[in-house]
Amino acid sequence: MNLLAQQLVNGLFIGSVYGLFAVGYTLVFGVLDILNLAHAAVFTLGGLVALWLVQTAGMSIWLAFPLATLFAGLLGLLLNQVAFAPLRKRADSQFSGLISSIAMAIIFEAVAMGLFGARSVRFPQGTVSVHIWHIAGVTITSLQVGIVLVAALLMVVLTLFIQRTRIGKAIRAVAESERAAMLLGVNVNGIIASTFLISSALGGAAGILYGLYFDALAPDMGRSIELKGLAVIILGGMGSIPGAILGGLAFGLSEVLTVAITGTSNLRDAVAFTVLFAILLIRPSGLLGRGKMREA
Amino acid sequence: MLEQLAQFYAVYGSVINFIGINALLALSLNVTLAAGMLSLGNAAFAGLGGYAAGILTIYFKLPYVVSLCGGALVAGIVGLVLGLPVLRLRGVFLAMATLAFGEVVRIAAVNLDITGGAEGLTGIPNVTKTWIIYLTLAGTAYFMAVLRSSKLGWALVSMREDETAAACLGIHVTYYKVVAFTIGAMIAGLAGGMYAHLNYLITPRDFGFFIAVDLLIYNIVGGTRIWYGPILGAALITALPEILRGVGVTAGPIRMGVNGLILLLVILFLPNGLASIFARVRPAAAKAETA
Repeated sequence: MNLLAQQLVNGLFIGSVYGLFAVGYTLVFGVLDILNLAHAAVFTLGGLVALWLVQTAGMSIWLAFPLATLFAGLLGLLLNQVAFAPLRKRADSQFSGLISSIAMAIIFEAVAMGLFGARSVRFPQGTVSVHIWHIAGVTITSLQVGIVLVAALLMVVLTLFIQRTRIGKAIRAVAESERAAMLLGVNVNGIIASTFLISSALGGAAGILYGLYFDALAPDMGRSIELKGLAVIILGGMGSIPGAILGGLAFGLSEVLTVAITGTSNLRDAVAFTVLFAILLIRPSGLLGRGKMREA
Repeated sequence: MLEQLAQFYAVYGSVINFIGINALLALSLNVTLAAGMLSLGNAAFAGLGGYAAGILTIYFKLPYVVSLCGGALVAGIVGLVLGLPVLRLRGVFLAMATLAFGEVVRIAAVNLDITGGAEGLTGIPNVTKTWIIYLTLAGTAYFMAVLRSSKLGWALVSMREDETAAACLGIHVTYYKVVAFTIGAMIAGLAGGMYAHLNYLITPRDFGFFIAVDLLIYNIVGGTRIWYGPILGAALITALPEILRGVGVTAGPIRMGVNGLILLLVILFLPNGLASIFARVRPAAAKAETA
C-alpha cells in the first residue's frame, strides 16, 4: 500500500513537469495551429543554460532559474522570427511551420551539443538544499515539493494571465480568429511573438526542473520528453491549458503505475501511446478540447 | 578507371548502399505526402518489414527474395488495417496517430522474444547486394513515375490540393487514401527487409520516431512534387557526413547543425525542394527554344 502511495506521489511530481512542458506546447498550437517541434530543444537549452549559470557563473539557482527562463523565452522569439513568421502567409503554413520547427530543433540541439558537449551533466551538489520528509511511510524531498510548487505557480500565473489580462485576452482572440482579432485592432504579430515568448519560457523552466529532478542534463534529453509532450497535449485536447496540466499529471501517473504493476520499465510508454492512439481514433479533440475537430 | 571505381566502392560502398535504402524509404513516404497526408509511421512499417523478413530468413529458412516479399506483405497488411481507421484524421492529427502507432511497434519490438528484445534480431545473413538495392530503387521510381500519371496519381494530387473539391468531383477519397497508404507501407517494408539483410541485425532503435522524421527531411530537402526529389534528398543528407569529412569537418555538432541549416534554408526559400531548381530551369530553357 505504501509502495503504491509512494508511486502515486512520484507520478504527481514528474507529471507536474510534463504538464508545465505541455502547457507551452499547447499554447502555441492553440494560437497558431502549428506544432512547434523545437519546443523540446528549448526545454533542453533552458536546463543547460541554468546549469551553466550555476556552475560557471557561480550564481544561486534562485537567480539562475529566472534568468535561464528568460533566455528560453528569447529563444522563443528567435524561433518565431526565423522559423514561423516568414512562413505565415503560405497556404500550407501548418505543414511548412512543422518542418521549419524540426530544422530549428536540430540546430538548437547541435548548438547545445557544441557548447555543452554530448555527455550527460548534472547540477553541482548543494545547488538546492534537500530535506527529506517521511509522511505516513511516503518519502518526499523538499526538492520534489519545490518542483511541484514552482510548476503549479507558473501554471496558475499563466491561467490568470490568459484569463484576466489584456494581452491574455488578445491571445485568446487571435487563437479564435486571426482576421477578426486584426479587425478589432489587435496587433496580431505582436501577440504571436509574445505567445512564443511565454510558451518557450515555460518550456525552459520545465527543462530546469526536469534537470534538477532527475539530476541529469544532456543535449538530447529533449527527445525523451518530445513524444511525451505530444501525447499529453493530445490527451488533454490540443490548445487546452487545463487539459495539458491534467494530461501531464495523468501521463506521469500512468508511467509510474505501469512500472509498478509490470515490474519493468520496458512497458512504461506502451500504455500512454496506446491510450493516445485510442483517443485519436475515438475522440480526436481530446478530453478537454474544443468540440470541433480542427482541420489542421 | 575501373580500378578507381572499385576503390571508390570499397571505401564508400556502405554509404552507397544506405543512400539506396534511404531513397527507397523516402519514396515510400512520398506516396502519402503526394496525397497531402503526413504520416510518421513509415519508419515503423520499415521496422515491421525488416523484422518480418529477418524472422522468415532465420526461423523459417526461407530464401532471401521470399523473405523480402513476406516483409513487404506484412507491412502492407498492417498498413491496410491501420489505414482504414486512421485515415479519417487529417494533418497534424494523422501525423500523431501514425507516430503513436510507430511507438507502439517500437515498444512491442523491445518486449517480444521473437524480435530479440532491446538488443534486436541478430544473425541475419548479409545478402543484400548493391545492385539489388538499386534495381529495386529503379523499379520503385519507375512505378512512382507511372503512378503519378495514372488515375490514382491524379486523384492523389487533387486530394492534396483540395480534399473537399476532390470528393465533389466523385473521387473516392477514403479508398485512394488507403491504397496510397498501403503502397507506401509495402515499399517501406521492402526497404526494411533489405536493411535487415544488409546490417546483420535489426534493433528497435533503427526505426524510431527520429528515423521517421529523417524520412520527412529527405522528402522536404529533395522536394515532394517531382519523382526524383526524395531520392535526391536522401542521397544528399545520407552522404552529407562523408562530404563534410571530405572538406575537413568532422565535429558532430557542426554536422548536425549543417543538416538543420539545409532543412531550414530549403523550407524557407525552396518550398518545393532542391529538385525544383532543375524543374524551374528546364521549362525556361524549353521556352527559349520555342521562341
